[in-house]
Amino acid sequence: MKNTLRQITQSPKFMIGFCLILVLILTTLIYPLFSPGSPLEMIGLGTFFRPGTYVSVYDSVTTDKRYTINLTDAAEKRVASKLASEDKEVMKTWLLEFGIAEEEIDLEDTEALLDLWFNTYDESIRFDNMTTAVRKHVQRTDAKLDGLLEHQDIIVADSAADGSLVEGSLIKGNEYINVAEIANVRVLPLGTDNFGRDMLKEMISALGVSLMIGLIAGAIATFIGLALGLLSGYLGGVVDDIIMFVTNLFTVIPSFVLLILISFSIGQSDRGATTVAIVIGLTSWVWTTRSVRAQVTSLRNRDHVNLSKLSGHSLIRILVTDILPYIASYVIMAFILQICSGILAEAQLSMLGLGPKTTSVPTLGLMMFWAMAYTAHLNGAWWAYFPLVILIACISFSLNLMNTGLDQVFNPQLRD
Amino acid sequence: MSKSVLSGKGVTKVFGLGDKKTVAVDHVNFKFSKGELVSIVGESGSGKTTLVKMILGLLSPTEGDIYFMGKKRDIRTRKQKREYWKGIQAIFQDPFSSYNIFHKIDSVLMDCINMRGGSHLPRDEKIKMITEACGFVNLKYAELTNKYPFELSGGQMQRLMIARIFLLKPQILLADEPTSMIDACSRATILDMLLQCRNEVGMTIIFVTHDIGLAYYISDSVYIMEHGKFVEHGTADQVILSPTADYTQRLINDVPKIHAPWDFAKVASTVSAQA
Amino acid sequence: MGKAILEVRDLTTKYITRFKEDVYAVDHVSFTVDEGRTLGIAGESGCGKSTLALSLMGYYFSPLYYTGGQILVDGRDITNMSPDEVRKNVLGTEVAYIPQAAMNALNPTAKIIRFIEDVIHAHDLKMSKKDIYDLARERFEILNLPSDVLQKHAVELSGGMKQRTVIAISTILSPKVLIADEPSSALDVSSQKLVIKMMYDLMRMGYIKSMIFITHELPLLYNVTDNIMVMYAGQIVESGTAKQMVFDPVHPYSKGLMNSIIVPEEGTRDVKLTAIPGTPPNLKNPPQGCRFAERCKYAQHLCHTSFVTMRRFGEVDPGLLGGEDEGDAVAERNRAYRCIVPIHELKAAYAEEDAARRRDKEAVSYE
Repeated sequence: MKNTLRQITQSPKFMIGFCLILVLILTTLIYPLFSPGSPLEMIGLGTFFRPGTYVSVYDSVTTDKRYTINLTDAAEKRVASKLASEDKEVMKTWLLEFGIAEEEIDLEDTEALLDLWFNTYDESIRFDNMTTAVRKHVQRTDAKLDGLLEHQDIIVADSAADGSLVEGSLIKGNEYINVAEIANVRVLPLGTDNFGRDMLKEMISALGVSLMIGLIAGAIATFIGLALGLLSGYLGGVVDDIIMFVTNLFTVIPSFVLLILISFSIGQSDRGATTVAIVIGLTSWVWTTRSVRAQVTSLRNRDHVNLSKLSGHSLIRILVTDILPYIASYVIMAFILQICSGILAEAQLSMLGLGPKTTSVPTLGLMMFWAMAYTAHLNGAWWAYFPLVILIACISFSLNLMNTGLDQVFNPQLRD
Repeated sequence: MSKSVLSGKGVTKVFGLGDKKTVAVDHVNFKFSKGELVSIVGESGSGKTTLVKMILGLLSPTEGDIYFMGKKRDIRTRKQKREYWKGIQAIFQDPFSSYNIFHKIDSVLMDCINMRGGSHLPRDEKIKMITEACGFVNLKYAELTNKYPFELSGGQMQRLMIARIFLLKPQILLADEPTSMIDACSRATILDMLLQCRNEVGMTIIFVTHDIGLAYYISDSVYIMEHGKFVEHGTADQVILSPTADYTQRLINDVPKIHAPWDFAKVASTVSAQA
Repeated sequence: MGKAILEVRDLTTKYITRFKEDVYAVDHVSFTVDEGRTLGIAGESGCGKSTLALSLMGYYFSPLYYTGGQILVDGRDITNMSPDEVRKNVLGTEVAYIPQAAMNALNPTAKIIRFIEDVIHAHDLKMSKKDIYDLARERFEILNLPSDVLQKHAVELSGGMKQRTVIAISTILSPKVLIADEPSSALDVSSQKLVIKMMYDLMRMGYIKSMIFITHELPLLYNVTDNIMVMYAGQIVESGTAKQMVFDPVHPYSKGLMNSIIVPEEGTRDVKLTAIPGTPPNLKNPPQGCRFAERCKYAQHLCHTSFVTMRRFGEVDPGLLGGEDEGDAVAERNRAYRCIVPIHELKAAYAEEDAARRRDKEAVSYE
């Protein structure tokens, strides 16, 4: 026993998988401590905010402490953030006509492009093969650039008691404030989803719920499978026939179809995460039963079981002490796989809109469903679905890695 | 002939149904008397293991009755089974699979004492009994405590099985090929201990084996089994030295011997594909 | 006496365990097998007899490694060949090896003829399908195997039939030496006899030149082989003719082994079986002196410390070489054993012991 434990801890595959899953579990436990509040709180009005740091405009303007910093590239940066790629193309067309080599024009490096532009552009030059429309366009772009570069100070007007506007503070181009001094800054590392919820917070909460669903579903499936498999394999005869009949019945009906039907009949309002987990567990014990039964059938005729019978031990005692330890390693592996498939089943179910009810808790499957329903993939909002995919893959990967590691420890002939 | 402790009438075991029906044991009759050492000799597939399981009550016969101590055996309830198993015990072929590898050796022997109604005894008393039993089979209990079965050699494990029988003191012991997995040079120890144990406890031993030489060496009477039937039985000298059944003659003829070596020229060379 | 077909000199091979420990399972083994002769190897399980058989092929793979010695097949040393060369030019053509339970290794989805085609192709022999079939059929018929077996699958054959088929397949290229590891232990006695008869037929008809037979069943070995070697803890402790070894062993271990023989013959019941106490030594760190000393009744002080080498019978006690005819004397001279206790002392002790065994048996009462 001790030896087996040592071997398990020395199996790199198991340990990598185990550490990964441990990190995930710890994250779900610890993150809420740092970021309290409901994960379902809709903080954003609007859908799919990009990942980033959000600074309150109001507070930035009203922050008293201002620093003057002269940055030479400030103007260019401002231009860069507002210069559309269409404009850059127009600039490129003109520059090419002028005779600048294509490799010298770098559309990515806005600063260099602007330098090049202001050094070479001359309104008076006319190219023969350039239509008037294009020439006008170039002129307009140039004018726009000038406008962008030129900056005027911004006057913030306060509203007076009678409703009229009174000139308030003046904000200069080179005035800066420290982000730390702004009252309201919100970091949204993964942006928001379609409802304007903090993606990261929601996802970590969903991870916890999904793991719990997997655990409950896996435990139920393994327990039912183990109990039926043990009884069926050990007792044989009529009991075996009945149990195997039921098992075969469940085998031929695809368990996912069953899952859909049961979930549907429960109804949207009654489907909590736990209910869904129980339903998943109740429909996925079939394969565990079959394989446990197969193992028990071969153990049943071993001499130590016969000897135990001859010593007058009871059925339960023989099952628990003489058979269960021999298949324990197998059951543990089946359990891990059941957890994994439970999580995936929840995701599948939720994608069909049959997951837990949407108002109480998020799950990984539900978040995927929302992302899909609000066409995150068409809006280019990768942050709304891609981290979820990675996370589900990660759970599945680490659980399967643990299983492979255990398999190698328990079945030494598989090593190398 | 003394009183019979175990006898069977028309004992039959059929496996499977319909076309796949196989008759493993076919209407066998037997009668074992008290204190006797009987061998049941048969090659693999002759149904001897099935018969052993039926006698032990691990399988129920399809047909026929088994009489234990003169009375018809009735082991339908668990209580009756427990009572029956106090009178009949077994040693199995493979010592390595006879033990639960997750339990320490102590628990196997402790079970025996509990089974003989000694569960109320103080621990010291129990350990004394176990030490005595281990001493009987030449093992030191002090060296065995807290050990797992797989830390012992095959011979030691089988000796421990005899210690178990010594503690249980049944009327009948079924020994199912107890020496076939043991090296020839430690075989004599096991056999000696079995015989000693018999003298000590006064039990009947039913020795099941495929080795006709071994059966001849150890037993008082021999049953020869072929395809689920007893083809011959009698005292050891009778059956081995002057066999009457064709099968027994062939068996004894084909077993390698050392005083009458094989003559290969006489071995029939034309054999059907089934042989 | 025929010429030597297989000569093994000081062969040593080892296993490397998972924990990088060396286990010398075959330790300085030397012997010769002559043409037309059969050698038997006897010993307890774990004594290295199966490893010796495996080592004799000259084809080593993890965890078995060659460490020293020579194997001469028909005068050619196969230990300095590359593995590929061994596989192409030695296995199947010079040395054929039938491992334990080989008959269960037949692929159940292939017909028997496929295995023979495989053997032929593995040796790069250019033969058409028809030629192979003709060769196989001819060989099968000579060996009294029905030729329709060739078109059957392994599952359709009985145990004895499968084993004989395996032997016929392994010897299809007429190897010089056939090494059979427990070829009959899973069979019933009648099939066992047939299998062995077939192996003899192979040798009588000249398809193989000699055989090495490994089994733990001593009566069988006595019936099958000309010479017997007894192995203990990776070493050969004694060798001689089958008759000498069974009825007149010298080494205390051989004596103990022979005392455990039981056969269904008159007189068996009159002699008490004896056992050798204790267990074989751990080969990871074998004892310094005689490896059997720990379990030996006759061990003297020196046995535990001094290294024992194999010695010839005649070298030690020429007085014992007084056979009536030339053949016996040669056989006697070829005996060798590994023990430092003088022979006359051992023999005297054995005589006493045998008498005591008879008395003992009488003393044991059954009623």
